[in-house]
Amino acid sequence: MAYRTPLARVRGLGSAKEGAGHFWRQRLTAVANIFLVAFLVWLLVTLAGEDHATVENALAQPHVAIPLLLLVLSGLVHMRLGMQTIIEDYVHSEGSKVILLMLNSFFVVAVGLVCVFAVLKLSFGA
Amino acid sequence: MAEARQAVERPLSPHLTIYARQINMVMSILHRLTGAALYFGTLLLAAWLIAAAMGEQEFETVNAVFGHPIGRLVLLGYTWALVHHMLGGMRHLLWDTGRGLQIAQVNALSWLTIIGSTVLTLAIWVAGLLLRGEL
Repeated sequence: MAYRTPLARVRGLGSAKEGAGHFWRQRLTAVANIFLVAFLVWLLVTLAGEDHATVENALAQPHVAIPLLLLVLSGLVHMRLGMQTIIEDYVHSEGSKVILLMLNSFFVVAVGLVCVFAVLKLSFGA
Repeated sequence: MAEARQAVERPLSPHLTIYARQINMVMSILHRLTGAALYFGTLLLAAWLIAAAMGEQEFETVNAVFGHPIGRLVLLGYTWALVHHMLGGMRHLLWDTGRGLQIAQVNALSWLTIIGSTVLTLAIWVAGLLLRGEL
């Protein structure tokens, strides 16, 4: 039995039917991040403070560049979902919410592209 | 659209200001705070990577900023946020399976998260400083 009026449906205040997908992607990337973050910590501990040539060489290795790219991908998907939840929890005005959700996507895509471009440039040389 | 319906003043359910502070609640707040901090912290990783890709001069600049005492303090905080959010996330993954939800277990897991994140962060930094020969 439907308790909601047709008007409430039209206003789009109900479920967007995306909840399960959000939940699953959050968990999937969370599990991936456990391993990828452990790799990042190891990488940074060994490379912190090293000179440019050493870092450049290390990041150009496939066994470093590939996990790093995976981390960027998984980490950014995870944090975009997380920030979306924070925005939806605290921002109730429709206009601000939509703008912040857009900025969230812009930020994640921009950071992701910078990281991916940098790693690929180091890997393929230029 | 949603605002138009909030004309009636209704009583609020008890919120943060009225509850006695509990370790589980503090960990929940810290999980969200560290998540938000890590969100912006990715800019540090992006800066480091793009500087390495740009060239020696740019890389030395970023390295100098990260190596400065204030830069190191920020990186220490970043490390802690990363480890804390990771341990907190593992706690949530355990809860997702329906395990560890007794109050005593919840409290124990919460303490494990804060103690574990502090110990692991220190261990990571000791390892890093030992490798540099700075310790």
